[in-house]
Amino acid sequence: MRAQQLPPAISIRGVCKFFGSFQALKDVSLEVYPGERVVVCGPSGSGKSTLIRCINQLEKHESGDIRAAGVALTGGSDSLRRIRAKIGMVFQQFNLFPHLTVMDNLTLGPMRARNMPREQAETLARNYLERVKIPEQAGKYPRQLSGGQQQRVAIARSLCMEPEIMLFDEPTSALDPEMINEVLEVMTELAESRMTMVVVTHEMGFARRVADKMVFMDHGEIVETAPPETFFHHPSSQRCKDFLRQILTH
Amino acid sequence: MKSASQPGKPAFLMLISGLALLLSGCSGQWGWYVVNPTTTSGMNNLQFLLSGLVNTVLLSLTAICLSIVAGLLIALPGLSSHRPLRGVNFCYVELVRAVPILVLILWVYYGLPQIADVSISVFWAGVIALALSDSAFEAEIFRAGIQSINRGQYEAAQSISLNYRDTMRFVILPQAIKRILPALGNQLVYMLKMSSLVSVIGMQELTRKANELVVTEYRPLEIYTILVLEYLALILLVSAGVRWLERRLQTDERH
Repeated sequence: MRAQQLPPAISIRGVCKFFGSFQALKDVSLEVYPGERVVVCGPSGSGKSTLIRCINQLEKHESGDIRAAGVALTGGSDSLRRIRAKIGMVFQQFNLFPHLTVMDNLTLGPMRARNMPREQAETLARNYLERVKIPEQAGKYPRQLSGGQQQRVAIARSLCMEPEIMLFDEPTSALDPEMINEVLEVMTELAESRMTMVVVTHEMGFARRVADKMVFMDHGEIVETAPPETFFHHPSSQRCKDFLRQILTH
Repeated sequence: MKSASQPGKPAFLMLISGLALLLSGCSGQWGWYVVNPTTTSGMNNLQFLLSGLVNTVLLSLTAICLSIVAGLLIALPGLSSHRPLRGVNFCYVELVRAVPILVLILWVYYGLPQIADVSISVFWAGVIALALSDSAFEAEIFRAGIQSINRGQYEAAQSISLNYRDTMRFVILPQAIKRILPALGNQLVYMLKMSSLVSVIGMQELTRKANELVVTEYRPLEIYTILVLEYLALILLVSAGVRWLERRLQTDERH
């Protein structure tokens, strides 16, 4: 049903990444097609976050090729900036700008990076605040919001750049349990709108609902890539079975 | 909201009343007639002393503004990932910090015109020397302030495609400046005090006026006491101003 004949939105080939002498990514390859929703899971320290941080080059990889939104991720900061405009990123710690109101958090990118006039940026921002279901919080500062609300603002901030790809780096890991669902709900709706998404998460229920492809990582390698039905019911590797047993039973 | 840094009011009042008692002439050494505002000559002397105020303030404010800008420009290469740029920052800070302000004032006023073939007024020589000297400290303050901002803020700015300038201007500096405001306030206080050194090249500011009056009236005790009080009043005012600004910036985020 998916147009797999389209060129991949993200193509990662043979990527290695070191932190000092520690190898965080070992010859990782992955392709994500337009409209595809990929969930990356694995034990902590397995390189999942590093992988998606390499996709928008918050981390620089040492070897291998990454292409995103049709552009190779190498070279100067200017081409990098153009690519980043097409890739939204949601962080575990939200990383909202604490000195700016919700509205200003949302309009900063469109106004400065996309040269949008203020009124247009504000209309856009209100539109996305509506989508993450907090239109009434536009005038508040991030610290006046709950964690779940802050993360939804962060999602809206990324969406205001109207990206082709959205990356989520453990978006619910810093949240109190009762706030996880409101964030997952927004993410699910985004997935239903056929946004290309790469999500690092431990929320397996969410993964089951929205993922087209599950990726399991361990020790810097991609151990298993499979559709969710296969992944959850018939994982092929022992490491993946062990991981799933641990994460699904508690 | 009462912060812990607020000085205790009773202690402050005791200090003031003790000072007043001391200055009220209970000891026979004092001769307050020299600045007695009820006599014509006393009033004239008092006005003469106060006439240096404008220059002291102007000198300090101009110098602090320049040194803040210079300090920021010097701090930025210090935060670079490129070694040579950090080297520039390091050399500047180390060199400038090592020269005494008084020496710098003399050098700028008497030395600089000879090599640069320009004539510098006393005021601008003072401003340049003070700003130069202070810029090294401002640079260190800015560097620490900017470094204290969480890496996630840079990453978020990068993720919405902001360039370096916009990231600094809209994301990092507004937060950093809030944090370094107390330190910047300290530097302004420091600057007001150091401006007294510019009197040696003939700048007509508070200290110079006092010196001149001492020569004609020969009452150093009273005149320098007035000078002390002038600086005290000025600096207490500035401190209060900085605290007010700090509170205002903080409430911006809370309401």
